[in-house]
Amino acid sequence: MVQEGGTAEGLSLPRLAHPTRTTGRWGDHLYRLLIRAAALALLVLVLGLVIVMIRAALPSIRTFGWRFPFTSTWDPVAQRFGALPLIYGTIVSSVLALLIAVPLGIGAAVYLSEVAPPWIRPPISFLVEMLAAVPSVVYGLWGIFVLAPWLRTQVQPALGSTLGFLPLFQGPPYGVGMLAAGLILAIMVVPFIIAVSREVLLAVPNEQREAALALGATRWETTRLAVLRYARSGLIGAILLGLGRALGETMAVTMVIGNRPEISASLFAPGYTMAGMIANEFTEATSDLYLSALVEVGLLLFVVTVIVNTLARLLVWSMGGAVKEVRE
Amino acid sequence: MWTNVPVRRMLRLALLGLASLLLAVGFAPGAVSAQMLMNGAGATFPYPIYSKWFDEYTKVDPSARFNYQSIGSGGGIRQITERTVDFGASDGPMTDELLRKAPGELLHIPTVLGAVVATYNLPGDPKLRFTSDLLAEIFLGKITKWNDPRIVAVNPGVALPDRPIIVVHRSDGSGTTYIWVDYLSKVSKEWEQKVGRGTSVNWPVGLGGKGNEGVSGQVKSTPGAIGYVELAYAIKNNLPAPMVRNQAGKFVEPSIQSTTAAAAGAAKNMPSDFRVSLTNPPGEDVYPIASFTWLLVYKDQPDQVKGQALVKFLWWAIHDGQKYTSDLLYAPLPPQVVSQIEAKLKQITYQGKPLLAAH
Repeated sequence: MVQEGGTAEGLSLPRLAHPTRTTGRWGDHLYRLLIRAAALALLVLVLGLVIVMIRAALPSIRTFGWRFPFTSTWDPVAQRFGALPLIYGTIVSSVLALLIAVPLGIGAAVYLSEVAPPWIRPPISFLVEMLAAVPSVVYGLWGIFVLAPWLRTQVQPALGSTLGFLPLFQGPPYGVGMLAAGLILAIMVVPFIIAVSREVLLAVPNEQREAALALGATRWETTRLAVLRYARSGLIGAILLGLGRALGETMAVTMVIGNRPEISASLFAPGYTMAGMIANEFTEATSDLYLSALVEVGLLLFVVTVIVNTLARLLVWSMGGAVKEVRE
Repeated sequence: MWTNVPVRRMLRLALLGLASLLLAVGFAPGAVSAQMLMNGAGATFPYPIYSKWFDEYTKVDPSARFNYQSIGSGGGIRQITERTVDFGASDGPMTDELLRKAPGELLHIPTVLGAVVATYNLPGDPKLRFTSDLLAEIFLGKITKWNDPRIVAVNPGVALPDRPIIVVHRSDGSGTTYIWVDYLSKVSKEWEQKVGRGTSVNWPVGLGGKGNEGVSGQVKSTPGAIGYVELAYAIKNNLPAPMVRNQAGKFVEPSIQSTTAAAAGAAKNMPSDFRVSLTNPPGEDVYPIASFTWLLVYKDQPDQVKGQALVKFLWWAIHDGQKYTSDLLYAPLPPQVVSQIEAKLKQITYQGKPLLAAH
């Protein structure tokens, strides 16, 4: 961006007609070249990834065609593969995670930025960052040895007896299953939502809050109207970040979801995710069609992620205004 | 602290010193060049015993070093076919189709035996025993409760609770699964038609756990669960390893002796390429759910020095190496099979000449 000088002289930088240093120009050129190369490299990487995956998935695409994302059988012996239960499992576990994590995360972020006394902010932020740094496998282990037994002995029987008329809470309590996966994902996603939302909310200029208060708004109304509405696209960016992690999370989910490629209305039933299926079966997939089917599942995961992200961006765009960049 | 110039200078000096030390060590003459490295990859089940062997073998031949990656039987088969490793390892024998894809003739060398047990978790720890029909029907989902009359009939006098049976199987492809479904396919026509054999199958019922650890962890924490794991995992996790009725009609406890007996029973009709399934063999005291695990090597070795070292190692493994098996809860090869393997090892050549001099 070229800024006009403060005085009325009108000297504009940086394109001087007579550069004072004859050797200075190539540095700028090199810099521009390197920056462009870095940006292009990323694009090339993503395109290359997609192309290689499509090539590896071709045998499966040719064999199963468009039916692949809509069939339910996964039979390596009969060499028949269909990814529908995997797509269902991935989406349902991620949506369940978000349903729990978003109110929790945004609520915590609002508390940290609006309500909490300033001395609380550093220790809680530190704890949140520690939560985000815990490796997925550790969450998975905790899930198997603590969460799943607790669900099986306390939570699922309680839910089953009180809300058992809903198809959501029917079936025997295994402990592991969609509910456990959703809960673990929620715990893994919450720190990201809190961290980014807190930054976004803190970035809202104080004038907004002061204006609302001056007009007689209550504390909650100020937060809702002045702060949250202003930071809306940033908050959606935070939620998208969390969703991205939830969709791709492999280890923790595969340890608690029960690993059964079946679609069921109940949250107590076991399920399977795309990432989990690939991680579990890739090393032992001996036949070419089997391998290629797994790569196609990877491709589908990529497509699902892109679709979900695009829908979310459209949502932000439709809610008015250009998409504001999320301040990291 | 970082802006303090004397401190920065000291740190820079320290880093320089460390770098030159590492360089000096890296270029140390002699010791590195005299060793040769043999790379292998494959099955996870025998990884503990192979690690022990590689470690012990350096005392026999210090110049031979081995590097083994336990990436799974499928990975091992793929890598040896592409010749990226010197030897592969698999819990399940290669099919004819896969063998045809290899650029040379691949040999299956049995190394140790493993048994798969049907472990379960019931309150009160009752000692149960199973027949082949029971196991097939449970895993097909046709018997759903522990106090089903069919289970009670096989276990007279044992108090069985009115609980649903929660089946646990492997979510990842595995040689353990192959042994299990191979056994079920042999003892149940319905299983063979409906599900079949493979390292991964379309399970009619059950939850999936990742690895032997996942299955044993799941069974241990879920009352009413039943799953299949390698004998070593059941013993280490204090899970029951119930008796199973073999083809001769006798209920046999899974143990190192009964597993080795399974191979001895099959030794009489052993195919020359050792690609045999040991499940449900004939014999009185055999445990019916056991199998070899194999090392895959090319009959014609591409490198003479490495080939000779490899064959010498294999010879050691089937003789002296067997004494390390029991501690790690693997079953050793029976003597009848060892002599058959010896004949096979003598057939490994380099450019037509056998690598093993008269032993």
